[in-house]
Amino acid sequence: MPFFAYAAMFLILPAATVMIGAFRSQDGGYTLDNITSIVQTGNLREAYWESIRISLTTALLGGLFGLLIAYAAIRRGTPGWVRSAYGTFSGVAANFGGIPLAFAFIATLGTIGIVTQLIQNVFGVNIYQHGFAIWSRRGVELVYLYFQIPLMILVIAPAIDGLRSEWSEASANLGASRWQYWRHIGMPVLMPSILGAVILLFGNSFAAYATAYSLTSGTALPLVPILIGNDLGGNVFANPHEGQALAFGMFVVLAAMMLFYIPLQRRASRWAK
Amino acid sequence: MAHVELQNLWRSFGPVTALQGIDLALESGEFVSLLGPSGCGKTTALRLVAGFDQPDDGRIVVDGKDITRTPPNKRDMGMVFQAYSLFPNMTAEQNVAYGLRIRRRPKAERKKQVDDLLELVGLGHAAKRYPHQLSGGMQQRVALARSLAIEPKVLLLDEPLSALDAKVRVQLREEIRRIQLELGITTLYVTHDQEEALSISDRVAVMWSGKIEQIGSPAEMYGNPATPFVAEFIGTMNRLTATVADDGEIDYEGLRLPVEAARGLPRGERVLCLVRPETVDVAAVTDGEVHDGALTGEVVSKIFLGAVTRVRVEDGERNLVADLSTGRAEPLTVGSRVAASFAPASARLLALSEEPPALDPDNP
Amino acid sequence: MRRPRIAPSAVLWLVLGAVYFLVPLIATLLFSLKDAQTGKCCSLSAYGVILHDPQFWTTIKVSFRLALETIAVGLLLFVPTIYWVHLKLPRLRPVVGFMALVPFVVPPIILVVGLLKFYKDTLHAPFWFLGKPDLFLVGAYVILAFPYIYFSLDAGFRAIDVHTLTEASRNLGASWRTTLGRVILPNIRVAALSGAFLTLAIVMGEFTIASLSAFHTFPTYLQYVNESQAYPAAAATLLSFGITWAAMLSILLVGRRGGQRTVRVGIGR
Repeated sequence: MPFFAYAAMFLILPAATVMIGAFRSQDGGYTLDNITSIVQTGNLREAYWESIRISLTTALLGGLFGLLIAYAAIRRGTPGWVRSAYGTFSGVAANFGGIPLAFAFIATLGTIGIVTQLIQNVFGVNIYQHGFAIWSRRGVELVYLYFQIPLMILVIAPAIDGLRSEWSEASANLGASRWQYWRHIGMPVLMPSILGAVILLFGNSFAAYATAYSLTSGTALPLVPILIGNDLGGNVFANPHEGQALAFGMFVVLAAMMLFYIPLQRRASRWAK
Repeated sequence: MAHVELQNLWRSFGPVTALQGIDLALESGEFVSLLGPSGCGKTTALRLVAGFDQPDDGRIVVDGKDITRTPPNKRDMGMVFQAYSLFPNMTAEQNVAYGLRIRRRPKAERKKQVDDLLELVGLGHAAKRYPHQLSGGMQQRVALARSLAIEPKVLLLDEPLSALDAKVRVQLREEIRRIQLELGITTLYVTHDQEEALSISDRVAVMWSGKIEQIGSPAEMYGNPATPFVAEFIGTMNRLTATVADDGEIDYEGLRLPVEAARGLPRGERVLCLVRPETVDVAAVTDGEVHDGALTGEVVSKIFLGAVTRVRVEDGERNLVADLSTGRAEPLTVGSRVAASFAPASARLLALSEEPPALDPDNP
Repeated sequence: MRRPRIAPSAVLWLVLGAVYFLVPLIATLLFSLKDAQTGKCCSLSAYGVILHDPQFWTTIKVSFRLALETIAVGLLLFVPTIYWVHLKLPRLRPVVGFMALVPFVVPPIILVVGLLKFYKDTLHAPFWFLGKPDLFLVGAYVILAFPYIYFSLDAGFRAIDVHTLTEASRNLGASWRTTLGRVILPNIRVAALSGAFLTLAIVMGEFTIASLSAFHTFPTYLQYVNESQAYPAAAATLLSFGITWAAMLSILLVGRRGGQRTVRVGIGR
């Protein structure tokens, strides 16, 4: 079928090339050196570490805030237009990432950003002198949340919809408080979806390139995607296979992530009955 | 058990008034059904009693205490929903035990109560199954057990059988009644199935457009419908639009029929004459014969309903439907000439002020 | 008449969320209105710079063109495939579904490495292939868009009764092509459109593959402006955001107007 042929040409084979390439050395033989050098080389290892840290933070925070906002927008009592507004906005914002987003935050919290200056004028504090920078880890995390939270909202909304009103009513009828409902029923039912979503967020953050590149101009913060980009840029010092090894490493992380995600999804849909 | 009173309950949703001043009192241990078509307000009323909604006006009183403002989790009532109410992340056992866990009953006591109740509803063997592993009927049994576990003063059921197969429905409704009688719980039951309501209730309240049209025992409701709507809704009914003629007779499209209830009524008054099909008798006639006080016409249809056969007799604009035992109906062939009649005392007359809505196209 | 009131905690989170999301946009707006000389409000000169830059228009057209091509190829490729899977090969559904998740494991950054290596070094692909974005980029973009198109179409196909419709159509004498075109397509119109607009948003914003393969698309242009001129960059950012939002709004409008025209056949009460 044409579909599979296409997938092969543009997905499978290139991906395979990367995987195999990771194990090749300069002179054409096969070697594990590329992989081991990642573990050994300080800055490469650090890049993985940074990427993981940022991804973990934005996944957890994004998950938490996304959940709170999504629930606030969907629950009974909130007017319908609020839900539509957040829904459409999330749809746009989740894809907004990359260059425009990076710049929007530079305009907000960059060295001459509007908010930066606002804080300076009102509170007399220059945040950059206190160690904040939009291209630092905290800055990048803050920016990443802009597309992580909407992604969470989009992914968790159907699960929240799946919480039948009969359950909360039956729970109240049987004498439970709202908190007890959440503890015994609400959260347990949502948990597989939440975990799945957080994993998705993690992967999303780990693989992000454009935003990070634009914020840090490719240099300020060591992140795996950035390093891969540098490798491809024809950096004279780089071993071309190193880039592929880095990519392979990333692939391993993401694949491991998927292995957790799929069973969680299945669990979540089972309880939706 | 509890004595429940609904006093002058009003509830509107935007421009729609769902309840228009409902008054209802349930004796302790009584089983009352709220019966009516979709949108009549019966579920709204139930939800008000349960506490999931607040009335715009009126009160709900239980054992003399006004509980209108009490939150639902403090009302000590058990509720069985139409479907999907079991907590999916808990087994049947855990579902039933939930109310007891909330009340911090000791583990041993919980276990005993749960086991007893699951046995009561016939599901002792399925205790460790999850809701998605149970059939619809089984799920509702668990829901019932769960609501009874907390030993509520009042039991509320919102069309619990609507989502189930016909056979399961009949079986389960009898079990519900049996358990209710055994435990003596005051029960309010909502349904749109009149057969269901009539078969298991102490009293039935027929509702329409936010009002209670009539309330009474099943026999009363069936035999003495007070309004055209009730007559139409409960059971099948012949509706003859007629005018009162001479003493004890009505004029049905030019045919004189003897009706006891017509005595003393002003001549010429337009009435709706209600006759139950099972009170109509059909006899074959030879050509040319005309019986006084009977509708002589042709059999236009015979519908086999099992023990009973529904025979429809027509003569021009006039028609009567009779439910005859299948044996008796056998010799009457479609197209043959017959005379359909009913005892003068078995017809009811209602003033023709409002035309009841056509509810069921299958119901003549 | 009382209706449930909005919970105070809900208000808290909704407001906080709104603040976080709106502030950067407002800041960008203010930035974009700054006058080039004085550095203060308010002038539209930044917008002028952008709108008069021929590169702006060229790259927008390129990206838009690529988006349309991606949508065309994507739908052409995936609609029949998913239709076939739903109809004849339901056992392949999990396989295709799984493949829809693969792009998450092989994100753009990895994909571009693989693509370049594969085509340049392994296949030694000719320049006409590598040089034209319409071939190389579109090829990659279709893969990127695949998960989104798949989920939209899959939902659409699941909502209609594929078997019954197809059988009815074939029974009345229609060929496969007619069935596909006249019966199936109109019924999944909304799903297809939704997938198409998502694709549009993705392609218009795709930077990673484009820049690392040395192509010039709208996002690469944006980055260039970011690095060179601050105020016009703000203007460009907002324009880009506006375009994406417009695309999304279109889905909503078309979706609402078209509506789901499913006719339930059965003996109902």
